[in-house]
Amino acid sequence: MYYKSRSYKIFSFFNYTFLILISLLCIIPMVHILAVSFSGKAAANANLVGLFPVNFTFEAYAKTLANENFLRSLWVAVQRTVLGTLISMTLITLAAYPLSKESHKFKRRNIYTWFFVFTMLFNGGLIPFYILIQKLNMMNTLWVLILPGAVSVWNMILLLNFFRGVPKELEEAAFIDGAGHLRTLFSIYLPVSLPAIATLSLFTMVGHWNNWFDGLIFMTDHKNYPLATFLQTIIVQQDFSKVAVRPEDLENISNRTVKAAQIFIGMLPILLVYPYLQRFFVKGIVLGAVKE
Amino acid sequence: MLLPAIILVLIFSYIPMAGLVIAFQDFKPWLGFGKSNWVGLEYFRFLFSTPEYVQVIWNTLIIAGLKMVTGLIAPFTFALLLNEVRRATFKKTVQTLVYLPHFLSWVILGGILLDMLATEGLVNQFLGAVFGLEPIFFLGDGDWFRFIVVLSDVWKEFGFGTIVFLASLAAINPSLYEAAEVDGASRWEQVKYITIPALIPITIVVGTLSLGNILNAGFDQIFNLYNALVYDKGDIIDTFVYRMGIIDGNFGFSTAVGLFKSVVGFILIIIAYRLAYKLANYRIF
Repeated sequence: MYYKSRSYKIFSFFNYTFLILISLLCIIPMVHILAVSFSGKAAANANLVGLFPVNFTFEAYAKTLANENFLRSLWVAVQRTVLGTLISMTLITLAAYPLSKESHKFKRRNIYTWFFVFTMLFNGGLIPFYILIQKLNMMNTLWVLILPGAVSVWNMILLLNFFRGVPKELEEAAFIDGAGHLRTLFSIYLPVSLPAIATLSLFTMVGHWNNWFDGLIFMTDHKNYPLATFLQTIIVQQDFSKVAVRPEDLENISNRTVKAAQIFIGMLPILLVYPYLQRFFVKGIVLGAVKE
Repeated sequence: MLLPAIILVLIFSYIPMAGLVIAFQDFKPWLGFGKSNWVGLEYFRFLFSTPEYVQVIWNTLIIAGLKMVTGLIAPFTFALLLNEVRRATFKKTVQTLVYLPHFLSWVILGGILLDMLATEGLVNQFLGAVFGLEPIFFLGDGDWFRFIVVLSDVWKEFGFGTIVFLASLAAINPSLYEAAEVDGASRWEQVKYITIPALIPITIVVGTLSLGNILNAGFDQIFNLYNALVYDKGDIIDTFVYRMGIIDGNFGFSTAVGLFKSVVGFILIIIAYRLAYKLANYRIF
């Protein structure tokens, strides 16, 4: 029995230590930022905060939540995440269902599949896309954040692979009972594909919540910035001109503890959905990644 | 049922492909596609003959190449080590913690890293206290910048990359290990003769598929970490296209650079999929 040998016990000890260290490394930055956000301003600015708050206070959060620019961006982000996920999931479900059929049942299946897959391999790039959005008069609308990315071909393929694994007998029984395709999709396929739907919905939500770039280039008016874009300009670019702050607010916004609080609020929804996400996603990913 | 998806893809993916003609035009927004002057391959010649621009291509290849190699080794090793853990709860906890950074955006992580890597930030404080080092200007020095970019990318993604390897490990037939043990193989010998060979096919798949991304060095990450001080060593094709196109309004030239990238990427992806199919019998759908 190898695991009783001395050398394996020594290895195990180092292995566990190493794994613990690596795991800690993955969360220490987040713990640090959380500690800064709860610390007093003076302590934070003097770099006295490590992994625990110094002079514990909620002040940074109070200031953040009193900032109307922040709240407005939060609202835009919530809207795009909810609407965007609903629309995207509806579209890919409707498309994945026919594409999951055998090619003798759905004649030009392969042509349609390639029509979608090709967009994963080749695209027009940033500038033509930008010009198109301008021409469509979609600048500064909520739709520009939702529609262009709504048909995620990758997610669609994952879903159609999942649909393919649904036993044919279920579908046949439904047809014999007189159900049409739509009925079969909603009463048979969707309920049995719930793990896949949940995984993809959560991925889509995370994607919408995190996306900052479309907001940055398509929202010329800062009032329409989703939260991720707002954080990008304030924290990363440190460009306060874009959010039109009053001079007396400037100090509050550029304050280190306030920035930390904003970062933390920005990642809070992810931290909340993440444990649920994890339960499903291993299955979802493996489904797409490893296929014999 | 397909129609809504087809219409959206047609508008937002195929129409921009037609817009690629401006890569060959001296595009003026007020003249439009029809009336702008044709310049042929002028922009491409410009791209490959100007040392600064050639540097951008090199930066992309170097950063993406380093990321590919480290991004393959780190999850592979981590999965092997995690596989030796016999306690299920410990394993699960480690996984939960290391997957986390993958789900946070580079805006959030960029914000945290900018704070921690500052000259008086947590990392420099730590290095100073433990090793007595002078503060390092991590994000203001080109070589350090590249190092940070590669390291932070591995940090963000290795946990997630582990999933694929762990799944392949779970698929190994346990009777192989039992037989090896009966024959008196040590744990290291089991890893060497059973585990690692079993991971070879998936490693080939992951490795070849990442080849298709050799011109994607990570826009999100670099855009959120870089600054004018490190443009010479940190500017990649995507950030360059953004700066030239959206910021400076150089639509034609930017599109040409983007087109170059798309075409090379397309060819590489096709080759990679063919290779993955040949070497490891892998297909995506």
